[in-house]
Amino acid sequence: MMLSRTADHLFWMARQMERAENLARLLDVSLAVSMLPQSRGGSADIAAPLALTGMLETYLDRHDAIDARRVLHFMAYDSANPASILSSLKAARDNAHAVRGKITAEMWMSINATWLEARELAAAGGDFQGFFDWVKERSHLFRGATHGTCQRTDAFSFIRLGTYLERADNTARLLDVKSQLLGREDDDSPDYHAWSALLRAVGAFEAYHALYRDALSGRRVAELLLLRPDMPRSLRACFDEIRKWLERLESDNGRPAKRLATELQAALAYSTVDEIFAEGLHPYLTRMLGDIDRLGGTVQRAYLEAA
Amino acid sequence: MHALTLPERGHFDEMLLQSGAVRSQYQGFSEWLQAQSPEVLHRKREEANQLFHRVGITFSVYGDDAGAERLIPFDTIPRIVPAAEWQTLEVGLKQRVRALNAFLHDIYHDHEIVKAGVIPAGPVFGNAQYQPMMQDVDLPDRIYAHIAGVDIIRHADGGCYVLEDNLRVPSGVSYMLENRKMMMRLFPELFARHAVAPVDHYPALLLDTLRKASRVANPTVVVLTPGHFNSAYFEHAFLAQQMGVELVEGRDLFVRDDHVYMRTTAGHKRVDVIYRRIDDTFLDPLAFRPDSLLGVPGLMSVYRQGKVVLTNAIGTGVADDKSIYPYVPAMIRFYLDEEPILSNVETWLCREPEQLDYVLRHLPELVVKEVHGAGGYGMLIGPAATRAEIDAFRARLIADPAGYIAQPTLCLSSCPTFVEGGIAPRHIDLRPFVLSSGQDIKLVAGGLTRVALKAGSLVVNSSQGGGTKDTWVLED
Repeated sequence: MMLSRTADHLFWMARQMERAENLARLLDVSLAVSMLPQSRGGSADIAAPLALTGMLETYLDRHDAIDARRVLHFMAYDSANPASILSSLKAARDNAHAVRGKITAEMWMSINATWLEARELAAAGGDFQGFFDWVKERSHLFRGATHGTCQRTDAFSFIRLGTYLERADNTARLLDVKSQLLGREDDDSPDYHAWSALLRAVGAFEAYHALYRDALSGRRVAELLLLRPDMPRSLRACFDEIRKWLERLESDNGRPAKRLATELQAALAYSTVDEIFAEGLHPYLTRMLGDIDRLGGTVQRAYLEAA
Repeated sequence: MHALTLPERGHFDEMLLQSGAVRSQYQGFSEWLQAQSPEVLHRKREEANQLFHRVGITFSVYGDDAGAERLIPFDTIPRIVPAAEWQTLEVGLKQRVRALNAFLHDIYHDHEIVKAGVIPAGPVFGNAQYQPMMQDVDLPDRIYAHIAGVDIIRHADGGCYVLEDNLRVPSGVSYMLENRKMMMRLFPELFARHAVAPVDHYPALLLDTLRKASRVANPTVVVLTPGHFNSAYFEHAFLAQQMGVELVEGRDLFVRDDHVYMRTTAGHKRVDVIYRRIDDTFLDPLAFRPDSLLGVPGLMSVYRQGKVVLTNAIGTGVADDKSIYPYVPAMIRFYLDEEPILSNVETWLCREPEQLDYVLRHLPELVVKEVHGAGGYGMLIGPAATRAEIDAFRARLIADPAGYIAQPTLCLSSCPTFVEGGIAPRHIDLRPFVLSSGQDIKLVAGGLTRVALKAGSLVVNSSQGGGTKDTWVLED
């Protein structure tokens, strides 16, 4: 049992931190793809991250043209952009600040130091690659501090829920941006460089080769990131976790959230990649994103806004 | 060796005599200090700064856009109080707080002290801090100020004086605790050489006090904060965590069927004791300011029925008001039939014509304060003010004499403090925290020592550039 508001702050603290990390991954893959020549699957469409975060219009209000450096700056360092990495880190830190007494000193120190340093890095406007790596590292550090010091009470469950709901959403988006970048969403073509950039962005490049020992294909990458329970960023793994952490929360008010999470987890556990491609990757991901959003809303109503 | 500036003639320094000789309670510390290299001590101070920053012990300064959060400077030279001196202070503080609680009960019940002519009715019932709604409300054990923070200064004559009784929501205790932790971390060897009375059980004492404040068996206690934009938010969160109770905001609480509940992930939970860190008038928009979003609608109605305990009680502000302050020694004699152990500072009430007359004639020597002012704002320090400032203040005083009191310019004692270019005396005060329950009154040995970091300044408030020190009460 804990205050609904406290649970809300913990949940969003974890979500915003995870969001910052995933945005770093998304921008990383965009940066890599934008450097590829067109013939190798490269794309000048650096606007994809803007579209995915719903910030395209805001960007165009302030900048006249889509320009790789400016887009990256806008999405990474711009505090006036509520969807930037910097803004996410600030939101994560502000949520932590509001529940200072409910997280361990080490968690607080980690998240606070991240924000303080991010502010400086953003002001200096240094190289993007280095910043993305740093963001991922700080996210790992915070997750480690949480895992290593946080008492296993409901607080921990809400933190984990936030992490995995956000990650599920982000993995689905990441895969979607890639399939859209290629413009051939149901295709198996060997766009080696583009797919490998994606796999590297989610840290799954080695796993792919260990598992399939074969050329990169969209179908297998999709299987890896959607259905494999042993891939920590796959949708399936995220839903296994979401279901597990929801089940740990006692009390009846969470029944709608638990039921929905169980349905979605079962759907992933008993799907095949062929079925997904028969539906079309993009339509499938669009439907998943809707479901994830619906689940987030249900969790919000069940626990975080309890009247 | 350290560049050590000696105290000025006529000043009282906690460590040094005018001759440069060291007072006995500082003997051990002084030897240790002289054996340290300035570089090491400098590095330790940097380390303290970084640690405080990382832990996030910061406070917000109102009206400061750029630095929403700032670190309160921490000085590594402790203020040391000998055992015998502390014993007198402790007994005196308990006596004073007992009388103040008796006074609060009286003015919200039978008004004996006013009827007896010991205190005039005007400053009590005409006081903005007086809450008529508290008349005849019976509180458990007749305790109003469960937590008091009494400001004490030492004057040039070597005597200790009470400057202010803070009975509303006194803050600063988290700094007392964190400063000690920091000193033990930076200089463990010093604690091996000195028998310093511990302070770290304060949160346990506080929780005990809060639990005893309720008539309910095994009551649910919460800390109520205005939220994380408040300047003392760190302390609210810190105390809630140390006590293991929920830190709530107004929106987490609601009133239903004459009880207060909090919203939790598992439904509603009843709340019995609210350690509120919100001023009276923000607590309930139905009873006080209708525009306040910080409070809980209906809270006062539950409170007046005795179904929830607020610590401190509503309406305690009347007893720590500067216009009531001069009467505290009389209160002690009236309620306890004892002679006051701690002295008051001589005070002129400007609402009395003869006293105003005296004040107006002596403005350049006096300190004039707003009756309802706090935090070192809105005061005149005569000796430090310019001709124009004094004239401007004179006009304000004549326009609203009842709004002001005046006191002699006290020379707060000083304590050696690290400053640019060495160690120099800086003025300090002391705020011990007094916890009252029906059974007993308790305090941990020491309190928060605040230090004015500007040379010659007498304003120790953190909002005005003051810093803090660890306070050591030596055990015999």
